[in-house]
Amino acid sequence: MTWLHDWSGLVVGWLLFAIALAGSLSVFREEIGDWARPEASCCVADSAQAGAAAVRWLSTHAAGAPGWFIQPADARSTTSYAVWADPKAGFVQKWLDARSGSPVGIRDTLGGDFFYRLHFELQLPYPWGRILSGAAALAMLLALLTGIVAHRRIFVDFFTFRPGKGQRSWLDAHNLLAVVALPFHLMIAFTGALTLATLLMPWGALSAYHGDAAALSRALYPAAIDRPAAGRPAALAPIEPMLAEAERRFDGGLYQISIAHPGDAAAVVTLIRAEDARIGIEAETVSFDGPSGRLIAAHDEHRPAVATYNILYGLHTARFADIAIRWLYFVSGIALAAMIGTGLLLWTAKRRRDRQDAGYLLVERLNLGFVAGTPIAFAAFFLANRLLPTGLTHRADAEVRVLFWTWGALLVFAALRAPAKAWRELLVCGALTGVAIPMADVASGAAAWNGVTVGVDLIALIVAGAYATAAALVLRSARATRQRTAS
Amino acid sequence: MAARTVTPRYRLGVAARCAATLLGGYGVAVLVAIAGAWALPMAPIEAATTGTIAALLVLPVAAMGCFWASSAARAWIGIALFAALFGGIALAAGWRP
Repeated sequence: MTWLHDWSGLVVGWLLFAIALAGSLSVFREEIGDWARPEASCCVADSAQAGAAAVRWLSTHAAGAPGWFIQPADARSTTSYAVWADPKAGFVQKWLDARSGSPVGIRDTLGGDFFYRLHFELQLPYPWGRILSGAAALAMLLALLTGIVAHRRIFVDFFTFRPGKGQRSWLDAHNLLAVVALPFHLMIAFTGALTLATLLMPWGALSAYHGDAAALSRALYPAAIDRPAAGRPAALAPIEPMLAEAERRFDGGLYQISIAHPGDAAAVVTLIRAEDARIGIEAETVSFDGPSGRLIAAHDEHRPAVATYNILYGLHTARFADIAIRWLYFVSGIALAAMIGTGLLLWTAKRRRDRQDAGYLLVERLNLGFVAGTPIAFAAFFLANRLLPTGLTHRADAEVRVLFWTWGALLVFAALRAPAKAWRELLVCGALTGVAIPMADVASGAAAWNGVTVGVDLIALIVAGAYATAAALVLRSARATRQRTAS
Repeated sequence: MAARTVTPRYRLGVAARCAATLLGGYGVAVLVAIAGAWALPMAPIEAATTGTIAALLVLPVAAMGCFWASSAARAWIGIALFAALFGGIALAAGWRP
């Protein structure tokens, strides 16, 4: 099992490290979005009003689209998220002001949604990114289960930490991090795979419906009316009464407004309840006929297996969570990333003495580039958000490019430089990048001084502190080694 | 593991276990999902959902089993037995590949 733990952990380790970091940031997807769009921070938004404003804006600016998907602004998010298929430009996504429904004047950025998408799509075309991250989730589940067997003594050794002893210290840290949040890690790995079950394991459900994916979808979402466009134009009925009726039925907020065939006689408005009072995605759905505004379908999910699946899915995405639980998810996610990072370093520490072959050198340098470099690359995205001119064309893409060029440059640097020197330099670089984020916040004058800005800047400073501490430790141990060899 | 001499035979065994995990383990999980969808006494969507959740739990367990077995041949025998079991249940419940 130790062999399986070492190798299943190594093969997907770097990928999982980035996925765990991006996932931890995704917990604060809305808050990072608010930080990234300071122009939109107007007020505490009301979902129904924000949704209606978004629909009004889309009616004039995306009239030709076959459908709109809107996640309206709420108490956490100052913008509504809208995505639609443009006949010419392909998929377009915009963040719309909660009050005006318009994206004008708000800087073009993916904000927290970048990390959310990266977490499970890995910037790869559909469906490959999703399949790869789903497979990585299963490999992580395997590495966790085999890890419990491989490090049998973790629960006994929980209070053991022997710092400054090389491999022994990494092992203690790895075990400590694993045990602290083990139930969370097991939950997040399994539910992570489950969110992608339709891609990873569609065969049982498809066979039950004789390969008819549309019939399967109808059975799964009974209130999502899928009907073809009529081809006759018809104005959409006022949206406000439909949103109010949905909120009354849900006795809660709105998560998503989707409108199929807007402007057509067969338009359908489908509303999904938010997870503010009930864990689990798509707990309640209602559909209205677009032109008349008449309720045509409603579904309250109480089928045991489907509801169980939705609750497990909801446990992963944590949309139900209040601010305290979100911080707990964030800290547990960072602990997961740290456990993966220490595990990767342990892989080389264990083999340093007897096997320094090509494979070892490759792992050593990839560890360096990924473990030290990924947080720096992520931080570069935050810096780009503050420093790129707001009027830049394709600005959101430019931010993403900054992240990937930084990441690539750090990996190349780690591959070419002597590891001992590269560690020191990357750790110092990380500390400086962390400090740069609050500085950019102040210097750009863009930040609204609220809880979100304080949170982002505080986390950046904590990361900077962690990098600086690690750099100091590396320097001290290098000096100690030099003195030992000199005397 | 470092102390052990890496012989071609050992490498072949590891490759066979990996294949048993990835191909065999996934195959068994697919059959679990199908057997669940067809044989569980519930509405089709409920049975299919239960089968799919179970199949994803089976994957890591099957992988551990393939490396727990004392030889690669035994790992494959185990995979074949479980495939026959769940395939048999699915066939008995009316599934046709």
